[in-house]
Amino acid sequence: MGRLKLFLPLLVFIPLAILLIRALDLDPSELPSALLDKPMPGFELPSLQEPERMLRREDLVGEKMLVNVWATWCPSCMVEHPWLVKLARDYGVKIVGLNYKDERQAALGWLQRYENPFALSVYDVDGKLGLDMGVYGAPETFVVDSAGIIRFKHVGVIDDKVWQEVLQPVLQEID
Amino acid sequence: MIPELGSFCLVLALCLAVVVAVVPLWGSYKNQGVLMAMASPLTAGVFTFTAIAFALLLVVLINDDFSVNYVAASSNTQLPVYYKISAAWGGHEGSLLLWVLILAGWSVAVAAFSKSLPLAMRARVLSIMGMITVGFLLFILMTSNPFARSLPFFPPEGNDLNPLLQDIGLIFHPPMLYLGYVGFSVPFAFAIAALLGGRLDAAWARWSRPWTNLAWACLTLGIALGSWWAYYELGWGGWWFWDPVENASFMPWLMGTALVHSLAVTDKRGVFRSWTVLLAIFTFSLSLLGTFLVRSGVLTSVHAFAADPSRGMFILVFLFIVVGGSLLLFALRAPQVTQSSRLNFLSLENFLLINNVILLAACLTVLFGTLFPIVADALDLGKYSVGAPYFNAVFLPMMLVLMVFMGTSAWLSWKQTRAFNWQRTLLVPALAAMLLGFAFPSVYGGEFNWKAVLGSVFGFWLVLHTVAGAVQKSRLSRRGVAGLTKLSRSYWGMVLGHIGFAVVAFGVIMTTQFSVERDVKLAPGQSATLGDYEFRLDQVSAVEGSNYLSDMGFVTVKLNGETVATLYPEKRRYLASGQVMTEAGIDAGLFRDLYLSLGEQLEGGAWAVRVQVKPFVRWLWLGGILIALGGIWAVMDPRYRKKLVVGRSRSKAQGNLAAGASV
Repeated sequence: MGRLKLFLPLLVFIPLAILLIRALDLDPSELPSALLDKPMPGFELPSLQEPERMLRREDLVGEKMLVNVWATWCPSCMVEHPWLVKLARDYGVKIVGLNYKDERQAALGWLQRYENPFALSVYDVDGKLGLDMGVYGAPETFVVDSAGIIRFKHVGVIDDKVWQEVLQPVLQEID
Repeated sequence: MIPELGSFCLVLALCLAVVVAVVPLWGSYKNQGVLMAMASPLTAGVFTFTAIAFALLLVVLINDDFSVNYVAASSNTQLPVYYKISAAWGGHEGSLLLWVLILAGWSVAVAAFSKSLPLAMRARVLSIMGMITVGFLLFILMTSNPFARSLPFFPPEGNDLNPLLQDIGLIFHPPMLYLGYVGFSVPFAFAIAALLGGRLDAAWARWSRPWTNLAWACLTLGIALGSWWAYYELGWGGWWFWDPVENASFMPWLMGTALVHSLAVTDKRGVFRSWTVLLAIFTFSLSLLGTFLVRSGVLTSVHAFAADPSRGMFILVFLFIVVGGSLLLFALRAPQVTQSSRLNFLSLENFLLINNVILLAACLTVLFGTLFPIVADALDLGKYSVGAPYFNAVFLPMMLVLMVFMGTSAWLSWKQTRAFNWQRTLLVPALAAMLLGFAFPSVYGGEFNWKAVLGSVFGFWLVLHTVAGAVQKSRLSRRGVAGLTKLSRSYWGMVLGHIGFAVVAFGVIMTTQFSVERDVKLAPGQSATLGDYEFRLDQVSAVEGSNYLSDMGFVTVKLNGETVATLYPEKRRYLASGQVMTEAGIDAGLFRDLYLSLGEQLEGGAWAVRVQVKPFVRWLWLGGILIALGGIWAVMDPRYRKKLVVGRSRSKAQGNLAAGASV
């Protein structure tokens, strides 16, 4: 019996290892298939800049756009922010910001400091819309077409390479 | 030609490492002295060829040989030469080569400084380290060769090193971190060798103690450097993010801390032997797990290297062999606990065990938070993220409890503490800690802040007990102040480390509770006030760096009308990548940092500016340095350099002589 107890660490390790093998096949940036090609969920959330003003799904859709999930607590968002600014300013991409589980003052300060690339900013303090959209962290970026259908999701930082190899082709493909 | 030479050296190193992994180990079973004695020279050979390969990588980087993929991806002709050198560990392939170089370095150090070990033990230890080296060299040669070329069409100019990494902190942070991470392979190898040899005694623990302490001290410094870098380089004053990659280095630290203490008990008292071996296996396993998480791309993180499934698979298989194999060996060979040696509650052993359990639990909570998104995804439970709120809520209370036991243990002796009077011993420091802990943050902050009070009470508790314990222990030797010098260096290392821990805790509490910040719009000549400080933006001028253009602000800070500091915040645009970086202007002080970052330029020459006053933020890193110094000081204990005597009776006698005085 005493000897069997010593096998315990090994017995704990094996299932963990199996899970890790399985995790390797999973792409953390993959969109859960349930949401792909489905309409963006409806919502009613305040604007980041104007707490009184409620934004709805209808206020956003109309042309194709990127919906960028970000927060001031997210260091990767800091890294990608200059690229968002570049996309909005130099390439004229419409980007909607989804400020996710954040503090309003901190978020406003950030946009003031680092320039605001967002055509509209939705303030999702409880992560409600984030939950509906299957967000699991920040930054994440959704590509939504003019009919309001989610066509693609990118998890992680947007940079030059991601833009040229991933997002730009997707944006060109859809209407 | 040079890159091919580099690959060739790596292949040679691999061949030698295979021989080290097999021959001395085989010799130890056949009792062939010649075969066992081959371990040291062969290890030196592995190190030599790995070092040559690394030197050649530096040469191609300095020569801007862009036909080498790695150089093209992470360097640039405009890069200053010291960053070309640090680019050697700025990317996946190069940093892996540094990993192996450091592993080979530790192996050679073990070979050089373990002359007094029994031959068979030394042969086994070096063979185990050779096996790990084989694994990583194979990994480099099969999936991540830094010398791979893109002939005949290669780019005329490199991509540039990520500007975030072009920084003094990042020159030192990865090597330091790897020294720690990889250094845990030494206690691991000692533990496996002891299991193989069937000799898990106090001597084994004493041999691995200095190595463990040293690796642990390096890891401490590496983590502190990383935190310091994030603080000034990311430009917004944060210093710890619970990012998966940070956790990957923090988990081995927590487990390593438990190991350092458990080794002390096994060394001095000969108990907890299986437990200590298990901790040694866990600590190195977590280092490998960290490598897997960082390199495989299963987690998204700002630090993560480019994902490549074949790499992930390789490390995972390697991890499986190393961890699974050593746990199996543990199950088969670890000594069963026969004598359920009754632990006296008021004994140092018992308190160290409690401390071990808390550290293990803390490590598991971090592990759980880090792996949960992966596990949930693998089990189709959905996609989740685990952020700072979870870690702060679960982890911080554990640290408070830990500090209670750390403080109390300063009074205790091995086996049992005689004449321990709860009230007399604990009451005075407890009252003093409560008084100081309540008074200090309240007077400093001018208001009652319960979190700050709670943190400071526990911090003072730890410091007061540690100091009073040292005084009492030296008085026991009846020599008064001179008695202080009688305490061993290990003991002073402990005192230093524990005080360092309290300093970190105090820094964390004060800076999170009393930092203030403000976002303002400033035109040249205008000023903003924050707390008692007045920040005036004198001017913003264009400055040309070696590979970037920058807008540099000149900010004068006044306190009560007196100029106390000048800050130079920058907004840099790197020429090669076009990336814009914020360099904060910081005036560092022991009691407060003034932190100012430039935002974007607004109309009319004004700038969006964020000003922060962060009290006691330096204490975080200062405490980290103290902890590391404590570890290094303990290594200096002459007792490790005495002729290592084989045999239990002798080591027990020594243990009893030093009883109560050293940990």
